[in-house]
Amino acid sequence: MLKKEEVENIRADFPILSEQVKGQPLLYLDNAATSQTPTAVIDTIVDYYSRYNANIHRGVHHLSQTATDAFEEARATLQEHFGVDKPHQIIFTSGTTHSINIVASGMSALLKSGDEILVSAMEHHSNIVPWQMLCEKTGAVLKVIPMNEAGELDLKAYSALLNERTKMVFFNHISNALGTVNPVAQMVEMAHRVGAAVLVDGAQAAPHLVVNLKELGVDFYTASAHKMCGPTGIGMLYGKEEWLLKLPPYQGGGEMIAEVTFDKTTYADLPHKFEAGTPNVCGGIAFGAAVKYMNSIGLDKIGAYEEELTRYASEKLLEIPGLKIYGTAENKTSVISFNVEGLHPYDIGSLLDQMGIAVRTGHHCAQPIMDFYRIPGTVRASFSFYNTYEEADRLVAGVQRAVNMLQ
Amino acid sequence: MKAISDIQEEIIDEFMLFEDWMQRYEYIIDLGKSLPLIDEAHKTENNLIKGCQSKVWVHADMEEDKLHFTADSEAILTKGIIAILIRVFSGQPPQAIVDASTDFIDQIGLKEHLSATRANGLVSMIKQMKLYAVAFQSQRQ
Ligand SMILES: Cc1ncc(COP(=O)(O)O)c(C=O)c1O
Repeated sequence: MLKKEEVENIRADFPILSEQVKGQPLLYLDNAATSQTPTAVIDTIVDYYSRYNANIHRGVHHLSQTATDAFEEARATLQEHFGVDKPHQIIFTSGTTHSINIVASGMSALLKSGDEILVSAMEHHSNIVPWQMLCEKTGAVLKVIPMNEAGELDLKAYSALLNERTKMVFFNHISNALGTVNPVAQMVEMAHRVGAAVLVDGAQAAPHLVVNLKELGVDFYTASAHKMCGPTGIGMLYGKEEWLLKLPPYQGGGEMIAEVTFDKTTYADLPHKFEAGTPNVCGGIAFGAAVKYMNSIGLDKIGAYEEELTRYASEKLLEIPGLKIYGTAENKTSVISFNVEGLHPYDIGSLLDQMGIAVRTGHHCAQPIMDFYRIPGTVRASFSFYNTYEEADRLVAGVQRAVNMLQ
Repeated sequence: MKAISDIQEEIIDEFMLFEDWMQRYEYIIDLGKSLPLIDEAHKTENNLIKGCQSKVWVHADMEEDKLHFTADSEAILTKGIIAILIRVFSGQPPQAIVDASTDFIDQIGLKEHLSATRANGLVSMIKQMKLYAVAFQSQRQ
């Protein structure tokens, strides 16, 4: 658990947190969309472009070697962080969306008509649309694992859906719209009993939880650096080795080949098979720096603090008459999605913006969840470890003020 | 009948009276609350404006050569903004609406104080009102 002074010190690591918005100190509560960047990561980016910017894996010269080493070291940092056996099981991608598309596209060669794939009812559109496209291509059938009013997946229904035709299951580790933490290990085990592979979208979990992929047993896992104090445009796909070998490459080009003639090309070994073209070298290195930064504080401490802060803010918000929180799972963290009776989320969000408070409004790329609750959207405040209890109070006061103005 | 440009001047003057944007927002909210009700029958898919994060319906009727707008939205701020647009454009001949400048939006600083999505919505609303004017204009010719 982080102490007050520790959080104050951490805040000093983030230059953006001293920005003013509309004449007031920025209160940033849109961390589930993108987290802010500490000086350690900004310095890494500056250092890369100032000292050793070069193309990697192909040069004979010094800069290229330095950049290649730093990029591969970042991969090793991620490998260790996520408890993975081999570095080549970590593929650098542009982010979670890209990672999911690599798997969905590769699966189109491995699925046939009549196969079934399962998606949870609380997915981000980027974990729905690629699979719908896959079904269109292959004739596989998409089925939905339902959830209850609290925003928890119905494991009985999930169990009933699993059968020998089930080839893949995919769901998020933490829901970006509700904050629900899904029981990954248990769900993976159930899927494996019928021989189905599991992809877990870790975009929201990786910033908040210690994730050991070997223990969780997942076949694929994804993360986006920009939600973990890293830069945008870089993320990762983890895969079990057997799956990464089986899956055909996603894009053709340089870097992903072993040998090219006009008759036939053989693909490079992992991870390069999935990293066609010049990768986001600086991004990868900065992703490594971001993970190191979070580990220097301790993800377990970060997670515990965020959970407490979220609980505190939820309790305070619920004192506002007519305020309803969507997503009340037993196991949840860092996200508070809410509406106030009779008011449109967009109005509340716009007024908060005038007060320098950044939240998100809308369907949060999870329209099926909004349809489930029959609402047009919610206001979403999402917390990070650099947010304080005073900021939670300021949010509550801001929402109260907005409600007074609107009612 | 006041000319569109005169009404726009009035609105600019009114907005200058406020000291900060919170007060302007309060004013827009009041306008939203007092926007006359639209006939429910006009809240159709056809009258729905694309490009807004909250649902917005705008309906137009021609009466004695003048175009009259009614509108509604799920969000109060959006209703307030439509109320301003209705004040400017409603009761005017179609040609005047087609020809009208919309610089006053920039002059009252509305666009920069709206979120990007809401500013897009505002542009869509103005475009839709002008399209109605063009449609009625061509019907008459
Ligand atoms: C649960 C979840 N999945 C996927 C994504 C998409 O991530 P990216 O935009 O980094 O590809 C997000 C980000 O909004 C998310 O929250």
